[in-house]
Amino acid sequence: MNITAILKLVPDLVEELEIDDKGTGLDMDWLRLIINEFDDHAVEEAILLKERSEAEVTVIAPDAEGVDDVLYTAAAKGAEKLIKLTGDFEDGVNNHALARAVAHVLQNIQTDLILTGVQAHNDLDGSLGPLLAEYLHIPYAGYVSSVELNNGNAVIKKEYPGGLIGEYEVQLQAVLGIQAAEEPPRYVAVSKVRMAMKSATIEELEVGELDLSGGPEISRMFQPEVAERATMISGDDEEIASQLVEIFKEIGVL
Amino acid sequence: MAVKQAEHAVDFSRTFYTSLFDVQDGERFKNCIQCASCSGVCPYGYLMTMPPGKMIAYLRAEIFDKVLSNDTVWMCISCYACTEICPQNIPVTPGLMTRAKEELLLAGNVPNELQDALMNSQRYGNPLGESPRKRALWSKGLEPEITIMSKEKRPVDVLWFVGDYASYHPRIQITTKAFAEILNAVGIDFGILGPEENSDGDSQRLAGERGLFEMLAEKNGQSFSKYQFNQIVTTDPHAYNAIKNEYPALGISYPVQHYTQFIYERLDDLKPLLKGNGHTRVTYHDPCYLGRVNDIYEEPRKLLQAIPGVELTEMAHNRSTSLCCGGGGGGMWLDGFQWEKAHTRTTEWRVRESLSVGADVLAVACPYEAPRFEDAAKTIQGASSLAVKDVVELLLEAMEDDAY
Repeated sequence: MNITAILKLVPDLVEELEIDDKGTGLDMDWLRLIINEFDDHAVEEAILLKERSEAEVTVIAPDAEGVDDVLYTAAAKGAEKLIKLTGDFEDGVNNHALARAVAHVLQNIQTDLILTGVQAHNDLDGSLGPLLAEYLHIPYAGYVSSVELNNGNAVIKKEYPGGLIGEYEVQLQAVLGIQAAEEPPRYVAVSKVRMAMKSATIEELEVGELDLSGGPEISRMFQPEVAERATMISGDDEEIASQLVEIFKEIGVL
Repeated sequence: MAVKQAEHAVDFSRTFYTSLFDVQDGERFKNCIQCASCSGVCPYGYLMTMPPGKMIAYLRAEIFDKVLSNDTVWMCISCYACTEICPQNIPVTPGLMTRAKEELLLAGNVPNELQDALMNSQRYGNPLGESPRKRALWSKGLEPEITIMSKEKRPVDVLWFVGDYASYHPRIQITTKAFAEILNAVGIDFGILGPEENSDGDSQRLAGERGLFEMLAEKNGQSFSKYQFNQIVTTDPHAYNAIKNEYPALGISYPVQHYTQFIYERLDDLKPLLKGNGHTRVTYHDPCYLGRVNDIYEEPRKLLQAIPGVELTEMAHNRSTSLCCGGGGGGMWLDGFQWEKAHTRTTEWRVRESLSVGADVLAVACPYEAPRFEDAAKTIQGASSLAVKDVVELLLEAMEDDAY
């Protein structure tokens, strides 16, 4: 059994977000990046599956500042193979392009199960999982919070609104969008990560020119704008009514 | 409380036992006379299924599988009470308890609450998970402006290592600003590192995360080496302890003082400015890493006694028998875990002691303490009028205009 976890780094909201000079994206100079929380859960679920069954875990991530540390941390948790996709990822990339690039790479990697975070806060063109499944022509299930492997199939629990949970058996290969791993992502000691930096290797794969089609065209990105403050009308019913009439007249609806 | 199943077996074997001998004075573990003073004096010893003395007995008898078959070692708050009382001078805290936590941590057997603080320290250089860029935000708007070393790039007399809670915690920022005013009042040329400062790492080390401690220390070492200064001063006893006793082994050596020592040396300059606020009964809580670990007992007391109107009174546990606030050794990040095990807090005990000596003010000298004692005071009957104040806050109050 080969399991692949796909992760990406996203802006860390511990810092204020700044808009770039063009006004259409985030200013990357000011960004601090962090593993997408749901991808962290996808990696954890992959490691948990590995610990329960005979499986090998590959972790794939597009290049970004600090991604090596994240990959080595995955190795310290138990991932066997680390792959960094290199290319023009500098200004961030839409999920259509990322899914195409990952799908291309996965065609050359033997994998039965692909796990990724169900969403990321910077998904502007849908989440990665369904796009990836589409390009690979394999099934997708999202909002998954439990995975069991059963005779080459995966038995999954999928969360629905209102506290409902559906159980499905999914034929592999498949892509799963992980909502939450069965246990919170584990902490690995810094000394273990440092050991992984010495023992593990990150394979770099050049993805070629990225195909951005299908993604959004952003005309303007901006900070939330403060709306005009509400006016509180006070007094007894008569006074409030007459004030309201005045306001309606003023704005021309009466 | 979910402590994850160990992913690898915890290695409490002969290797672990003999590794204790590598700690300074570690050979003394062989000299344990099984008096159980350590287990008795430990504020949480009564609920540990394997308190320190028993752990030593089992290790020496090579009954390794029984040692740490439970998670109560995380109740150790690294307060050094056991180490202080040991008649054989065995390094119980830095040896046995810290090594035990290290083994558990390497095996992935860490309470979730603690994981968050460690992850935050890795990511942001502070356990609170705050933006490292905002580390000096507390100083914004202060007059005169506080020198941030990377901005002014000039030598200073004193580099003030501010520390995590002193930088970010809203309650401790009051203490931090008070110290800035006092430094200015006695005419000290000082600067801070701001965003280039990282957590001192000492509590992470004592919570078993040695690698993280080294990473943080190296980062601070790099920041120190960029600037010129004559000494370091800090309001944080944990930072003081790390820089004084732990950093030198990593090649980072600078003279460092706790602020109580630093101000005490300049008390003649400060004394004329202290006017007093009338008669106040003050009791002083010795922080573990100032008192027991570094033998600084007198300076804070002398500073308090220099304030006109202050009557200093001692609690039953004072100086080397001081009772930990529960925040050391990772305890700062295990409040829920501690509560689940103990259903009480050492701070509640301490607040009752303050009341029993009729104190108006519980004076502290460590950034972990004010919020912890204030929280406890809220739940103790009769403690609503007890004020918890850092020594530096009391000094500043005595300098203000409405003091007389």
